[in-house]
Amino acid sequence: MTKKPTLAVFKFASCDGCQLSLLDAEDELLAVAGAVEIAYFLEARTQQMDGPYDVGLVEGSITTAHDEKRIQEIRKQCRFLVTIGACATAGGIQALRNWANVDDFIDHVYAHPDYIQTLKTSTPVSDHVPVDFELRGCPINKYQLVELVASLVHGRKPRVPTYSVCLECKQRGTVCVAVARGIACLGPVTQAGCGAICPSYCRECFGCYGPNERANPISLSRHYQSVGVPSDHVVRLLRNFNAYAPAFRQASNDLQEANS
Amino acid sequence: MTMLLDQPKNCQPWTAHSARIVDIRPEVPGVATYDLVLDDPQVASAYRFRPGQFNMLYLPGFGESAISISSDPARHDVLSHTVRVAGNVTQALAKQKVGDRIAVRGPFGSDWPVNACRGHDIVLACGGIGLAPLRPAIYHILNHREDYGRVIVLYGARTPGDLLYTAEFSAWREKKLEVEVSVDVGTPDWKGHIGVVPVLFYRLRLQPERTSVMSCGPEIMMRFVVFEALARKVRPENIYVSLERNMSCGMGFCGHCQMGPYFVCKDGPVFNFRQVEPYFHLEDL
Amino acid sequence: MFVNKAPIKSYLSVGKSQLQSLIDGLHKLGYQTIGPRIVDGAIVYGELNAISDLPVGYVDWQDGGKYRLEPSDEAGHFDYVVGPDSLKKFLFPARETLLQSIRVDGTWNMATPDPAPHPLAVFGVRSCDLHALAIQDKVFLGGPYVDPGYQSRRNALFVVAVNCRRAAATCFCHSMKTGPAVEGGFDLALTELADRFVVQVGSTRGAEVMTNIEWTACTLQDIDDARSISKTLRDQMRTRAHNAETQRESELPRERHLDTTDIHDLLLDNLEHPRWSQVANRCLACANCTIVCPTCFCSSVSEVSDLSGDNVRRERAWDSCFTAEHSYMNTGTVRKTTASRYRQWLTHKLATWTDQFGTSGCVGCGRCITWCPVGIDLTEEVAAIRGDES
Repeated sequence: MTKKPTLAVFKFASCDGCQLSLLDAEDELLAVAGAVEIAYFLEARTQQMDGPYDVGLVEGSITTAHDEKRIQEIRKQCRFLVTIGACATAGGIQALRNWANVDDFIDHVYAHPDYIQTLKTSTPVSDHVPVDFELRGCPINKYQLVELVASLVHGRKPRVPTYSVCLECKQRGTVCVAVARGIACLGPVTQAGCGAICPSYCRECFGCYGPNERANPISLSRHYQSVGVPSDHVVRLLRNFNAYAPAFRQASNDLQEANS
Repeated sequence: MTMLLDQPKNCQPWTAHSARIVDIRPEVPGVATYDLVLDDPQVASAYRFRPGQFNMLYLPGFGESAISISSDPARHDVLSHTVRVAGNVTQALAKQKVGDRIAVRGPFGSDWPVNACRGHDIVLACGGIGLAPLRPAIYHILNHREDYGRVIVLYGARTPGDLLYTAEFSAWREKKLEVEVSVDVGTPDWKGHIGVVPVLFYRLRLQPERTSVMSCGPEIMMRFVVFEALARKVRPENIYVSLERNMSCGMGFCGHCQMGPYFVCKDGPVFNFRQVEPYFHLEDL
Repeated sequence: MFVNKAPIKSYLSVGKSQLQSLIDGLHKLGYQTIGPRIVDGAIVYGELNAISDLPVGYVDWQDGGKYRLEPSDEAGHFDYVVGPDSLKKFLFPARETLLQSIRVDGTWNMATPDPAPHPLAVFGVRSCDLHALAIQDKVFLGGPYVDPGYQSRRNALFVVAVNCRRAAATCFCHSMKTGPAVEGGFDLALTELADRFVVQVGSTRGAEVMTNIEWTACTLQDIDDARSISKTLRDQMRTRAHNAETQRESELPRERHLDTTDIHDLLLDNLEHPRWSQVANRCLACANCTIVCPTCFCSSVSEVSDLSGDNVRRERAWDSCFTAEHSYMNTGTVRKTTASRYRQWLTHKLATWTDQFGTSGCVGCGRCITWCPVGIDLTEEVAAIRGDES
């Protein structure tokens, strides 16, 4: 029996929700703990092992100069680097600052703005270092996380679909909210993985998993505008947890430009 | 080419049969041949395949992969599969040892027309691992040598180190197979031809009206082989190619391996050139 | 108990209240009964145990990317047409286990699940969907291999068909010669008249079920009335091709029709037509059209295993030729572009399907038009390739 692979979990600018998904895996977590050595995971254990690590899971986006340096170091320490969640993969909801002046936010929010040192942008990990795999979602799906760990343990490609949320909606028998209710929904341009939760509650898809393979949000937003959805509504929909993902970013910029 | 129509309907098509790996022979870098024996004696004794057909090799947890059978169809004890490490399943297969067990569904697909080509001269033009699906046809020809005229094997690979089954070539030549080998890139000790497979055609003096061509390899290579064969007046209906798509169920249920009107898994992998002619040049079809 | 033997192919007159006894009779024979229900703003197939649960008095309005239900005073029991569901989900379910493997001491024990489905009776099946059923039968049962799960579920299916009295703008069964009149492949077929149903008996099982239901023989007038409903609708639909001009002026959804003349060669001779990239600018490659299509049969099989890797299930799930994985080989994805995927879908559906199964893959139900989030319309795409301006 070979040595168990070591796993490290790192956090950057994020809400901790993706790390909690790992802890939330409960039953599966015991199996995960049996299959890998959890070497570094501040949120889960008090004792931390030094690198290098076989697998690094990174949560959160790069928002400070310190982050920029730290991610370089982490990349050197991890043989296989995986971003987990929308922040690490696409910059997260905090990437909305990329369309604004971050100093204005700081002035509004903090009593002592001079204490705050931050970059003007929130960017995905892949803007800074090479990433081996992206686990999407806001938060990630614990079953996909367990599948990822299993695939690493067994030395195979993770089975994480890149098709749209629509396929999951149809597979579970949910009536399309866009077609039957005229609700602007990002499902057709969003990668599956959540199990199509929101449409099953008659709500639109908010694009938590980011653009799917061959996503065409420009066509979708054109269509929503043509059936009377206000374009600022579509822009807001696209500028969500994955606002800065290239396909969504381009579509929302195009829309805004066309209407200015 | 739906040769399966003469067989009774298979009503348990998803059942995979356990098989033991009895031998593993590394062939060239990244390629090994796995000899399998089906565990259930009843299944094993009923199992027959025709040259050019493939099995779905199954490693639970990793999935299935369509692998052509490369052993002698007259041999009923052992099934050989020459496999290149490429994806999930073949990577997992590469980690198996002699004595380990995997599972098999098959055989599937159409076959090389070894019976229809009796009395003909045959050119077998193949590249890289494309020799593997043709080897059962070669064995069949060797077993029935008197049924065929000239038999020419044109075989190319990237480098001399990538040539498969070289140890067998002398035995093939003894039985009057003309084996012509070429590589894209030679080595200092390489004495043979340099160049791609279609180039080997230039040297051939064929009697085109009585020649059949069977080709297997990269699609670009087959396109040129077909081009050369037609240029030498070989009849299009006497040209056969073996295509590769992502065969998944093997039965035409899953839809993955479609190419134009065909399910490559059951209408192919071996096609008469006439069948695929309208689609052969199209990208992304 | 009312006992009355009804011969096959006979027409029976049944009071509207008697429809409940038909459901009850099917229950007694062990069937689970399924029928049209309103769920989240659309007609879908759901459990139907009381006739009062039918969406009586509703009609549907359909157009590219749009579906709405509305109450209507004139509407009867079945005056909506098809929703997103079809029989497909019962016979070829969205997910299904094909093989279960357990490793014990290095040896795999494999078992295929025993397909013993619950007998299912489905109410409200339209002519287009009966044709779709026949097409899927060819796919899963008609070749050298038989899909055992499909076969067992198919054998346990009882079909109560309905003759459409109206068509949606997206319907074009008249073009595909698949409707609107129900012609075969059912156990019972209903036509709704003002005060009762005309029930056509299509099978021995259908006849058996009618034995315990109160009915009277139809008069020739009843049969005529029933037939004229389909005929009137068909004639109405057939005028669509000639109304294209006035249609264009109108605010109402365009009423679809499809010119199928030489459609096989038309599409295969135009595999490099610029229209494929034009439609790809709109197409989302989201797969909705393929999943709502009652004949599309593509699936993918994946391994579902625990972390130890000792317990593995092979699971088949609906897949689509619009996904990258669908044509993925180790050398890369064959159909990389949305244009090539749309071309694959449309040419398969309307052309190469005929080479494979001797029938078109399209039954003119219009689901792919309605449930496309951006309303791409295959009748329009074909017309464009044909060079028709309309």
